Amino acid sequence: MAVGKKDIECPPYAEGTPLSDADIKQKKVTYVEDHPDIRYSWTAGQAISKFLNGLKEGKILGVKCNKCGRVMVPPRMFCELCYKPIDGWVELKDTGTVETFSISYIDPDARPLPEPVIVAVISIDGASPHMGIMHILDEVKPEDVYIGMKVKAVWKSEEEREGAITDIKYWKPMEG
Amino acid sequence: MEVEKISGLKFHKKQDVAIVGAGMTTFKRRLNETGRELSYLAIKQALEEAGITIDDIEMVVMGSAPDTFDGLHMKGEYLLDGSGGSDRPYMRVFVGGGTGVFAPIAGYWHVASGLADVCLVVCEEKMSSSHPHPQSAFKYIWDPILDRPLSPNLIWIFALEMRRYMHVHNIKHEDIALVSVKNKGNALDHPCAQVAEKITVEDVLNSEPMALPVRRLDVSPPSDGAAALIMVAPHIARQLTDNPVWVTGVGWALDTTWWTNRDLYFPRYVAEAAKMAYRQAHINDPRKEIDVAEPYDPFDYKELHHMEGLGLAKKGEAPILTREGVTQRDGDLPTCPSGGLLGVGNPIAATMGVKACELYWQLAYRAGKRQVAKEVTTGVCQAWGDLMQVGTVMVMSNKR
Repeated sequence: MAVGKKDIECPPYAEGTPLSDADIKQKKVTYVEDHPDIRYSWTAGQAISKFLNGLKEGKILGVKCNKCGRVMVPPRMFCELCYKPIDGWVELKDTGTVETFSISYIDPDARPLPEPVIVAVISIDGASPHMGIMHILDEVKPEDVYIGMKVKAVWKSEEEREGAITDIKYWKPMEG
Repeated sequence: MEVEKISGLKFHKKQDVAIVGAGMTTFKRRLNETGRELSYLAIKQALEEAGITIDDIEMVVMGSAPDTFDGLHMKGEYLLDGSGGSDRPYMRVFVGGGTGVFAPIAGYWHVASGLADVCLVVCEEKMSSSHPHPQSAFKYIWDPILDRPLSPNLIWIFALEMRRYMHVHNIKHEDIALVSVKNKGNALDHPCAQVAEKITVEDVLNSEPMALPVRRLDVSPPSDGAAALIMVAPHIARQLTDNPVWVTGVGWALDTTWWTNRDLYFPRYVAEAAKMAYRQAHINDPRKEIDVAEPYDPFDYKELHHMEGLGLAKKGEAPILTREGVTQRDGDLPTCPSGGLLGVGNPIAATMGVKACELYWQLAYRAGKRQVAKEVTTGVCQAWGDLMQVGTVMVMSNKR
């Protein structure tokens, strides 16, 4: 083996050919366009199916593990810490606490939203501490949200509910 | 065979592992080259520095992030030829953003186990193919049943974590913004940098809101690029150089995927990974024994969060060290001297170029204008990813 260059500053050079958006739009470079189209049907599984059916009835369901003592939400069929089957189902309250939140100005494609959305991790009353779900806050101004705020679920009407996380429309502050 | 057993963790090692060369392409929002071509360019540079040819390479590890960016599955196979992997033992590894340090960890296994004496590690990312924005591809990392119906953007999870971190330690955005100012400034000395610039804290605080508290200048950009590293056994290193850099510890760990059940203020996954790497490297007090650090900085608060996970600062102390200038290139604990992801760019797996490669160059005293002021012996680099749950850590030293 030969001995390489040693008294150098690294990286010694920077290769690659930068392009701008315009280079693509004006077809200044050779490229191929495609739009993969594929459909999925995700089965929700044992635990989340029961959770979603609970939402349809206006209930938030959790599970408990008697070994570590945790009451968990979203529910799961096995405790990931004790690695054993859960010991039962518990109906939780539809109230909770804001653990953290963000005011989002962008949609999933990073395009600006017409109105910002408030997203939060909400720990659910009746579950173990910090045991939260991600959901949306509304009926509150962004500047009035704080960590520790008590919130309550705002449900879709019974006819509208379909067994989805969006059966809860959003969470709003609990008055007083 | 060297056998160490420390607190239940066994480290069997056939031989030590040295790094003798590294390379990277420029990082840009969009490059004309394909992933294969980018990999080729990075490897060419690494081979030149090491003074070897592709014929000397025995095994190859390739790292690349979600296939969705490329709209092409079996990406490992697609990138094989550019990675120098044809007709050799070859594997692809992937742990999201953690790949940039996980790929060299996998390279380390190859050599430390004695299976290979010369192993090439290459990381590649081409994020620009997907449009309107690479964020559209990130949609598909969310849970399809519980998360996606809420129309999430990837930035959300960072914003939620950043807010929790700020809340628990009462940290101001101004102190976090200093990281962005430092790293984008450091990147002015990096020939491959995409978004190097002199900015102020006010620029960060006044930049466009994305998902508050995260603003435009708190975030690293999506990029195209590639990076490569060459890892060898001691008897090969001796033939190539008088001054190899040794990999003295590796660690990796993941926290639960139920991320809304974790307290996000502290990266436990990084702390666990660091504990493993430090034990192996015989580091007891990282704050004193680490001379230079390259923690993962896709967001400015993340550098601080990870410094605390790596034990380089106490919980809540990283913003104070930053404000006091400790993490500047001429400070006592230079942090992200490369310019990091915030300044050089964030081609996910290929950020190996500003983490593992930069640490190697710093410890080999080859970082040129980016070389830190203090004398350096030992350093740590780290990457992070998946649903805020994976920590990958590598400790290197220029003393064996």
